[in-house]
Amino acid sequence: MSEAVTDKPRAQTRSMRSRIIPLLSRYAPVVCLVLLIIIFTVLTDGRFLKPLNLFNVMRQISIEGLIAVGMTFVILTAGIDLSVGSLVAVAGLSAALIAKGSAAGSFSLSESEATGYGWFAAMLGAIAVGVVGGAIQGTAITKLKVPPFVVTLGGLSVFRGMALMISGSGPISGFDEAYRWWGQGRIGPVPVPVIIFLAIAAVAFVVLRYTRYGRQVYAVGGNREAARLAGVNVERVLLSVYVVIGFLAGLAGFVLSARLNSSEAVAGIGYELNVIAAVVIGGTSLFGGVGTIFGTVIGSILIGVLINGLVLMNVNPYVQQITIGLILVAVVAFDQFAKSRRLK
Amino acid sequence: MSEPLLRMEHITKRFPGVLALDDVSLQILPGETHGLLGENGAGKSTLLKILSGAYQPDAGSIMLGGKPLELKTPLDAQKQGIVTIYQEFNLIPTMTVAENMFLGREPGKGAFVSWPRMRDETEKVLRHLNLDLDPMMPVSDLSVGEQQMVEIARALSRDSRIIVMDEPTAALTEREVEGLFRIVADLKARGLSIIYVTHRLHEVEQICDRVTVLRDGKRVGGGNVGELKIDDFVKMMVGRSSTQLFTRLGGHRTTGPIVMKARGISRDRDPTNPHATLLKDVSIDVRAGEILGLAGLMGAGRTELARAIFGADSFERGSIEIDGKPLVLRSPVDAIRSGIGLVPEDRKQQALFLDLAVRHNLAISSLKDLTWGRWFVSDRAETALTERFRKALDIRMASADIQIADLSGGNQQKVVLARWLALKPKVLIVDEPTRGIDIAAKAEVHQQLDMMARAGIAIVAISSELPEVMAISDRIVTMREGRVTGGMPGDRATEESLMHLMAIEQTAPQSALGPQSLEKDGYERGCDR
Repeated sequence: MSEAVTDKPRAQTRSMRSRIIPLLSRYAPVVCLVLLIIIFTVLTDGRFLKPLNLFNVMRQISIEGLIAVGMTFVILTAGIDLSVGSLVAVAGLSAALIAKGSAAGSFSLSESEATGYGWFAAMLGAIAVGVVGGAIQGTAITKLKVPPFVVTLGGLSVFRGMALMISGSGPISGFDEAYRWWGQGRIGPVPVPVIIFLAIAAVAFVVLRYTRYGRQVYAVGGNREAARLAGVNVERVLLSVYVVIGFLAGLAGFVLSARLNSSEAVAGIGYELNVIAAVVIGGTSLFGGVGTIFGTVIGSILIGVLINGLVLMNVNPYVQQITIGLILVAVVAFDQFAKSRRLK
Repeated sequence: MSEPLLRMEHITKRFPGVLALDDVSLQILPGETHGLLGENGAGKSTLLKILSGAYQPDAGSIMLGGKPLELKTPLDAQKQGIVTIYQEFNLIPTMTVAENMFLGREPGKGAFVSWPRMRDETEKVLRHLNLDLDPMMPVSDLSVGEQQMVEIARALSRDSRIIVMDEPTAALTEREVEGLFRIVADLKARGLSIIYVTHRLHEVEQICDRVTVLRDGKRVGGGNVGELKIDDFVKMMVGRSSTQLFTRLGGHRTTGPIVMKARGISRDRDPTNPHATLLKDVSIDVRAGEILGLAGLMGAGRTELARAIFGADSFERGSIEIDGKPLVLRSPVDAIRSGIGLVPEDRKQQALFLDLAVRHNLAISSLKDLTWGRWFVSDRAETALTERFRKALDIRMASADIQIADLSGGNQQKVVLARWLALKPKVLIVDEPTRGIDIAAKAEVHQQLDMMARAGIAIVAISSELPEVMAISDRIVTMREGRVTGGMPGDRATEESLMHLMAIEQTAPQSALGPQSLEKDGYERGCDR
């Protein structure tokens, strides 16, 4: 009886403030996105809403979006991965080397002289590079107990350096049509990279929402000690999320090289910023344990829309960067605020 | 007798649902060492926090040297010369002794710190205390005892009149304790007053002039140390109002064979964490269908023992057997696989995922049994499991999908119990199973532990509330400073007999261990000092 009595006032005081804030923090990204779309549509006399432009937006976000899906896993465990941009470059170059056979003759744009192994081997190679890179970083984080920020900051530098070494003689360009299709092709009106992005996001959604592994990711991020004491293999989960993001960074590197028909050492510079911004704007908490793939997709689209809209309005490109930075900080400030209210 | 330096009069402090201090008065004479005694939760820390300005009393007054005091913040108390040295020191380990000594009041001109002056003045204070320490050494390089001396030196350099020491010897070696006692005597000789909080009653006899004993938020006694004996302190500390007593359960439980056998568990001092409680050659047995109570004061090593058995912390020596098979423990995963469960001490920090739904919290350890197609968690199986335990344990919740943060403490604890029951454990260790939940929910948890024991689970129950231990246990083992100090059947235990074993430096007579101490060597080693 007394249990029920003590429950009541608690539940009431909680519901007042605790209903509105989680609701806002859950739907804030969607509301923002809708508002932005309306604003840009009005300001560009409807040019923004044209299907061609919308597919453009989606194609632009698809590569960083792929990585953002992986970043969601990492941030859910309260980790971070700053190395993704550099990893994209290494993976893209690896794919190019496999496809072309060798770096020699890399300036050649002719398809006929290709002596390599084709797009499939190239894609697998890029993914393998990403997985190995992620696994090494994950091992350093779990076994050597180096904080993820430091490990992946090191990775950012190491992988970029490796990319520069691989491409010593410059960009590797000119892939065959089957290879290019993965970046430039369309199925119906929909660009292939967009399909890859949405398919991967769907798989990730199912993994996080419906599998044992997904539950463990949330548990480790929500309360690491409680997860350990509940029998979750915390180290294995932590290692795995860096493998996941490595896999997706590798895939993204391949798609990017296909889209540009070229792999270069400076590909992917600054990706980590937009990717982390997309995940965080999508409602995933940097403290771990809270977040969804749906949010990340919305966050990615939001950033794409913002950039595209500003471009259509001929706004100074530097303003884009300023805007994204400000939105990122505002979202995290709100997250902090919501958290402090909840813990009261 | 001289006029008291400090008078705390009729102090009352209420927290939601608890009367932490009820009309408590405390008088400290100039130049005396005053022992403050009481069980866990008696109100000692609340009283000290009021004296140090961290809490405000609801009623009562504080007078220092005849003048009324209002202590709104810890800084106010420091300005009045009242310094508290807590168990966890307030030193900044990366900074030097001198920097710590003058933290926040560095000598110098304007924005600039005068290093030479800081060093010289620190040296002066250290010499004063006969301490051979380099003022420029980082605090992290000092031993625990030395760090404590630095805290005391800092208190001295601030012209303190009253120094409060909270369990100062808990982390010290014997030699360091001697050094501390010398310094306490020296401070006393200089006219400073010391309030000395401790669980070690023999220390009271050694260095205190007078004592005050608290129990359940009230002052229950006190006097001059010469006139009172240790037994008197024990009596004052344990006498308890009858409203707090629980009805004794069990009695007719039949116990089976030994399920878990822990032998010689020892955990040595960890240089990176010198405050950690050690385990010294601890051996216990638990039988199927039995509730074994583990009693002890703070820092006795009960939680540490539980975590060691569960694989949560490593230990240097000792072995654990389940059903006669030795256990290789690398992590909790190994313990769980062998049928051990642990309901940890701190529900929010160590057991719950506050952002997740009730059913996710309940099922996290048994996801393997709830999957289809190997990897996918079946929502239906999970909900069915939650529903089963909602009925069995009477968990009150609006739905299994609401966040666990929205449940009351008692219901949260039932969810944690259910998490383990779903795995059908052989041994379940519950650490403070009723902490922070209301009295009716406590009784329910007791009943559920009784039911689990009747179902054949071997239960190890840790509790700081002696009436609780006595109410639920078939057998009680006491610990003190990382050692087993004795044991007795639950129905023969009294609070006094337990408190003797928990607080006083002595060993239990072998006979007190009762007929269940089968493997004699284990207990003998545990009791042998």
